[in-house]
Amino acid sequence: MVLPMAERTKKQRTAPQRDTTPVSEGDATPKTESTDRLKAELDDLLDDIDEVLETNAEDFVKSYVQKGGQ
Amino acid sequence: MAIPKVCGIETEYGIVVRDAELNAVTASSMLINAFLGRTETRTAWDFFDEQPGNDARGLLLGEILAPEVETHLVNTVLTNGARYYVDHAHPECSTPECRTTTEVVLYDRAAEEIMRRSMTRAKDLLPHGGEIVVYKNNSDGKGNSYGCHENFLVDRAVPFGRLVSQITPHFVTRQVFCGAGKVGCESPGAVPGDIAFQLSQRADFFEEEVGLETTLKRPIVNTRDEPHCDPTKYRRLHVIVGDANMSEVATFLKVGTTAIVLSMIEDDAIGDDLMLAHPVTAIRQVSNDPSLRTSVAMANGKRMTALDIQWQLLERARSWADRYGMDSVTVDDGKRILEEWENVLHGLETDPLSVSNVVDWVAKKRLVDGYAQRHSLEPTDARLKLIDLQYSDLRRDRSLAGRCGLRTLVDSSTVEQAIDTPPESTRAYFRGTCLARFSADIVAANWDSIVFDVGKDPLRRIPMMEPLRGTRHLTGELLASCATAAELIARLGDTPGT
Repeated sequence: MVLPMAERTKKQRTAPQRDTTPVSEGDATPKTESTDRLKAELDDLLDDIDEVLETNAEDFVKSYVQKGGQ
Repeated sequence: MAIPKVCGIETEYGIVVRDAELNAVTASSMLINAFLGRTETRTAWDFFDEQPGNDARGLLLGEILAPEVETHLVNTVLTNGARYYVDHAHPECSTPECRTTTEVVLYDRAAEEIMRRSMTRAKDLLPHGGEIVVYKNNSDGKGNSYGCHENFLVDRAVPFGRLVSQITPHFVTRQVFCGAGKVGCESPGAVPGDIAFQLSQRADFFEEEVGLETTLKRPIVNTRDEPHCDPTKYRRLHVIVGDANMSEVATFLKVGTTAIVLSMIEDDAIGDDLMLAHPVTAIRQVSNDPSLRTSVAMANGKRMTALDIQWQLLERARSWADRYGMDSVTVDDGKRILEEWENVLHGLETDPLSVSNVVDWVAKKRLVDGYAQRHSLEPTDARLKLIDLQYSDLRRDRSLAGRCGLRTLVDSSTVEQAIDTPPESTRAYFRGTCLARFSADIVAANWDSIVFDVGKDPLRRIPMMEPLRGTRHLTGELLASCATAAELIARLGDTPGT
């Protein structure tokens, strides 16, 4: 039942079938673009986050006490 | 052949009372009462035959604390077939039984919306800006945990010992994609700051491999033997090891992969070589390492990472699907589960940030790390724990998960419908439709029966011991053609097999 290690490793590294973009070592552009996009999104999120967070973090976190459940 | 994996999720929510004096039980009751509104059309939960102390391993000697059945607290059934109640000082909502994983995601989201409506309506009732805020998480960061349990219909013929040993590797390692993430560690003796971030909300609280408890010494595999259906044919596997997910895809993967692994166990298609040497140690080792590089000791003396084990399970799931088909999880859902499973493992292995729109712990860690870096914070800074808590805040204007760009699977209008309407492919259809049509004549209901009071006759209990009967296909016409509950009961006697 267990696949030989070589075969398993090969399968693990296989990109998902629907992803048809060939990925080679010299072709790093798509990843850079998506990394940049993710970073820009995160920056926007972090710019706004203080408006959303509870004002006194220390007190809020301390007072967040729940009864144990299941 | 594997039997249909009828499944559902029950979630205990965390609550915070702001600017009002209410204890947790009163606040939980208030949320439910506020949601329900008028009391005269409510249907109470029927506790007949509840036996959460029954153990799947048979009679065991020794100290076992059977769960308390809290019959005095608010406990009701909704027209979508769900149960909404107070449990251990938390509001809890159990989805109706669903035939597909996609439906479970839909009804889990509907439960979230029910909590949001409850919050809004309770706020209107409380004076002076008082508010009850609901959190979809599983721990308060101080050693108190509350659960998000999954339930799966399992063939009683499968030896329970094999079920336990073959499902455990999945329960220990699936957290790589369905962990909700947690800032800090609550294991006994943990030093603050040692574990800055871990994959799972719940892993710190598991102390046994197998057992009956759910509130202390929690076991990875829970043995509660309370099938809520024909006990000669079925088990209900009560899964207590999971986190509550904000990501719909994470919920889909959590339930879907588990339904497939259980089907493989029923078909004896999984093998015994993935057994772990020390599951309780392993569940924490996996949770405590967001790099996913930690390997755990296998019973055969080798070591594997959680991703190695998950790739193995996926590989075997593909072989199982080819050989047996995927009727147990439905073919459409099955294909999607396998595809999402492969994508998430591939993403976690190559670039975890690429699955930050799917995996809760990755989305949360990205926020925590980004915020810590921007403000040069220590790992123990309260603001990072606040981000952890507010990730699961269900208020739309405060929820951080809602700002993370999580990919969705169900649209909001379908969720809106699912608040009131039951799924069509299980007995939940009959339960929910009866409640919507005849609630004035229903005394109580539970998972496997409805008790009617139609006046002159004694109370009539309509048993629903088959989860796949009472569907729209089997009862839709009958229900539509009955004008009254009395007529329905009279005709049910003449209509076998519904």
